[in-house]
Amino acid sequence: MGYETVIGLEVHVELKTKTKIFCGCSTNFGDPPNTNVCPVCLGHPGTLPVLNRQAVELALKAATALNCQINQDCKFDRKNYFYPDLPKGYQISQYDQPIGEHGYVEIEVDGRRKRIGITRVHLEEDAGKSMHGEDGRHSLIDYNRTGVPLIEIVSEPDIRSPEEARLYLEAIKSIMQYCDISDCRMEEGSLRCDANISLRPEGSTEFGEKTELKNMNSFRNVQRGLEFEVQRQTQLLEQGQAVTQETRRFDEATQTTVSMRSKEEAHDYRYFPEPDLLFVHIDDAWLDRVRAELPELPAQRRARFEQELGLPAYDAGVLTAERAVADYYESVVAAGSDAKTASNWVMGDLLGYLNAQGLTVEASPVRPEQLAGLIAQVDKGTISIKQARDVFKLMCESGKDAEVIIKEQGMEQISDEAVLVPIVEEVIANNPKSVEDYRAGKQKALGALVGQTMKATKGKANPAVVNKLILERIGG
Amino acid sequence: MSVHTVKEILASLRRKESKPSEWTETALRMIEQHDPTIGAFLTVDGERALERARRLDGEAFDGALFGVPYALKDNICTRNLKTTAASRILESYIPPYDATVAQRLAATQGVLLGKTNLDEFAMGSSTENSAFQLTRNPYDVKRVPGGSSGGSAAAVAAGMVPFALGSDTGGSIRQPASFCGVVGLKPTYGRVSRYGLIAFASSLDQIGPFTRSVEDAAFVLQAISGHDERDSTSAPQDVPDFVRGLEGGVKGLRIGLVTGLDEHGVDAEVQAAVGKAVQTLQDAGAEVVEVHLPHLRYAVATYYLIAPAEASSNLARYDGVRYGRRAAGQSLAEMYENTRSEGFGMEVKRRIMIGTYALSSGYYDAYYRRAQQVRTRIREDFEQAFKRCDVIVMPTTPTTAFPLGEKVDNPLQMYLNDIFTIPANLAGLPALSVPCGVSSEGLPIGLQLLAHWWDEATLLRVGHTYEQARGFAMPLPRMGA
Repeated sequence: MGYETVIGLEVHVELKTKTKIFCGCSTNFGDPPNTNVCPVCLGHPGTLPVLNRQAVELALKAATALNCQINQDCKFDRKNYFYPDLPKGYQISQYDQPIGEHGYVEIEVDGRRKRIGITRVHLEEDAGKSMHGEDGRHSLIDYNRTGVPLIEIVSEPDIRSPEEARLYLEAIKSIMQYCDISDCRMEEGSLRCDANISLRPEGSTEFGEKTELKNMNSFRNVQRGLEFEVQRQTQLLEQGQAVTQETRRFDEATQTTVSMRSKEEAHDYRYFPEPDLLFVHIDDAWLDRVRAELPELPAQRRARFEQELGLPAYDAGVLTAERAVADYYESVVAAGSDAKTASNWVMGDLLGYLNAQGLTVEASPVRPEQLAGLIAQVDKGTISIKQARDVFKLMCESGKDAEVIIKEQGMEQISDEAVLVPIVEEVIANNPKSVEDYRAGKQKALGALVGQTMKATKGKANPAVVNKLILERIGG
Repeated sequence: MSVHTVKEILASLRRKESKPSEWTETALRMIEQHDPTIGAFLTVDGERALERARRLDGEAFDGALFGVPYALKDNICTRNLKTTAASRILESYIPPYDATVAQRLAATQGVLLGKTNLDEFAMGSSTENSAFQLTRNPYDVKRVPGGSSGGSAAAVAAGMVPFALGSDTGGSIRQPASFCGVVGLKPTYGRVSRYGLIAFASSLDQIGPFTRSVEDAAFVLQAISGHDERDSTSAPQDVPDFVRGLEGGVKGLRIGLVTGLDEHGVDAEVQAAVGKAVQTLQDAGAEVVEVHLPHLRYAVATYYLIAPAEASSNLARYDGVRYGRRAAGQSLAEMYENTRSEGFGMEVKRRIMIGTYALSSGYYDAYYRRAQQVRTRIREDFEQAFKRCDVIVMPTTPTTAFPLGEKVDNPLQMYLNDIFTIPANLAGLPALSVPCGVSSEGLPIGLQLLAHWWDEATLLRVGHTYEQARGFAMPLPRMGA
């Protein structure tokens, strides 16, 4: 019997505010432990939260970009549980009136568009970070992250494969980055993902028993963890065993999932409205402004690249995944380059170089206009495409313009017939055998003559021009 | 023993007949003399108080409470001064910051003398739930001072300080004020910042003053009122001049008498004293009308779901991890369990359990949600009532101060003592307790006045008018058996 995989994701995204959601502490990542803290975020007796409007603004932007219905009167609730990294013993979150509901995102699976529903988007505060000592006796807590604003994006159980889960996650990341809502750095924890996964016999409409998967700290691990879980659950079901409803942790070392806790140990969070905060009213003007200010989203941009610039779907997909890359690419085109040529350069040499160096596109040593300048040199015939790739490497290392490097390296291509004619004639004179062969019908002999000319010009001759000059002299 | 009001002290200082340090010295002497019997203070910050007062000796009369000594209930955070909420779990807690009210009083150049006793985390009506000591009623030391702000009430009643701040969640200012024969005011919810008040029930808690006169209450309220950006529930509401608003009398004002209070077991002497007070107001020109509060009878039950529910969450932070007491344990869960078992007293645990239960999945709708719906009804009752009158009159408590130990083992009896004070908290209304007589046993009786939201001005005016017209001065407490 075949099984269908059913997956829903809960994605946490840290919002890019300067200060925390309920106090004035900095949200900067990587500062020394417990330096961005105050009595409020440490949960001292008597302290009270004050809502950061910017956090609401970003959450509203996110919910809007994810096509959600906005709750214009939303409120905060307390989610009660004990844990050392949660100073108040409750997390301020949103329960029954989240900022956004009933949204969706689109992904492309095997060339077909698929809509993944979003149940809700809500705003909440992050917890601190526990670090467990190796002696097993001590734990340390860093409260710098406590109170950093988060949104939780809960999907509908619309995802049907681990690959779709990764594509969905990438789509979320892309949207968040486009809207400048979050850095979405999984390695820094500014994007985190939990998954609910179950199997059911193909054709069934009821859900199977699900497991919750945690601790998948990269896009690849999300896919791998889910793949393992599909395998594990399939095996259980095929052996006639039941899947136990539980929380499982992805173990990176073994690439497997291990049980963390069963449903019986599940928390009763005892949600109730947060009495220390007022209702948040998002008036029409606020909502309209956020809608109007929303940038072009990845899906729209991708469609535009395909339709207006005539790019293949693959190119459009790669170029629009990150807003900064798409911006870079568009600047190259705006500076006069052909769309497809520019795409080849950006996807190939540029991203190849940046990835190898671990650089973001913002930190590229070659600016878009410089890349356009290089492409123009090829178009003009000053250098060959092969030479251009060498020039690009030098541009990356030096930051200099293509023109300067071409001059410095003496790389200008010779297209001037007045210069080339004497050289071509000399080559013909010195290689009567090749000329004879060609006239006898051996096409290859032409290549030998062109090669000799190139050699004589140290590779600088324009091969097309050389070809033409030789044919004029020996051709029939 | 001679006691002075804030107004008298300010007048003397303004005329340079005395110096701030003299008042602080007098207060410290009174504490030294009487507090071993009364037990009002948990911490006396004598040296620093004297230092502050002596510094003021050399300065020009400036702030609104220049040189006036005062005390704070020990659930109001004070920077570098131990703040315990009368709980073992915060036994040695020294806050790194000042509550907004502490800051505002410091800005008026008042002199903080120390921190007063309370029921642990303000949960109680007798101050007997303090983890550290009993506080005795200055009018009869075998009786309770009321609670939970019993220390602040007793300190003012005993003449140790001319004013003190308390907090009122279900009557914790008005009930002890009534028991101790002083004035106690619970402002409108949102009038005074709660920032720095150790939370018991966030939607009900409000800070307010204990004073020897209504006029003094107006002085102090003026100093501590107003929006605070650190407390989102403090309202951006204009603060009128409360002192100026005191004059003008009650002519033409409508006083609402609540019908059907008899069913709540009001003591005959209390009833008589309150009746007499109403007569006094009528004689001063007020008109008396009857008002109905049909949901009053549900107030105690409603309160004892909402307050513990909020408390169960508010007290979760006392986990032994970052500050306060930590007990040993073999695991995290055991450390939590031991810390909280040892750190919290019986009544606090009882309320955490009630609150946890009320919020539990499957019970939420039947308890917490229902309680919030009844709360809305009670609020609507008052909206209706205030269409017919300007001020509502009730006894502050059904009885006078009860003997120490009498209700300790009977929490329900203890809870029912708050029947008349709880409604103002549930509705968020301002309410004032003013002494209106003494029982045959020499125990003070309190008259409670409630006014419309934000209308402390009318509340204080009626209280002041009554105080002027009542025709007697409260006898000084005996401070002994």
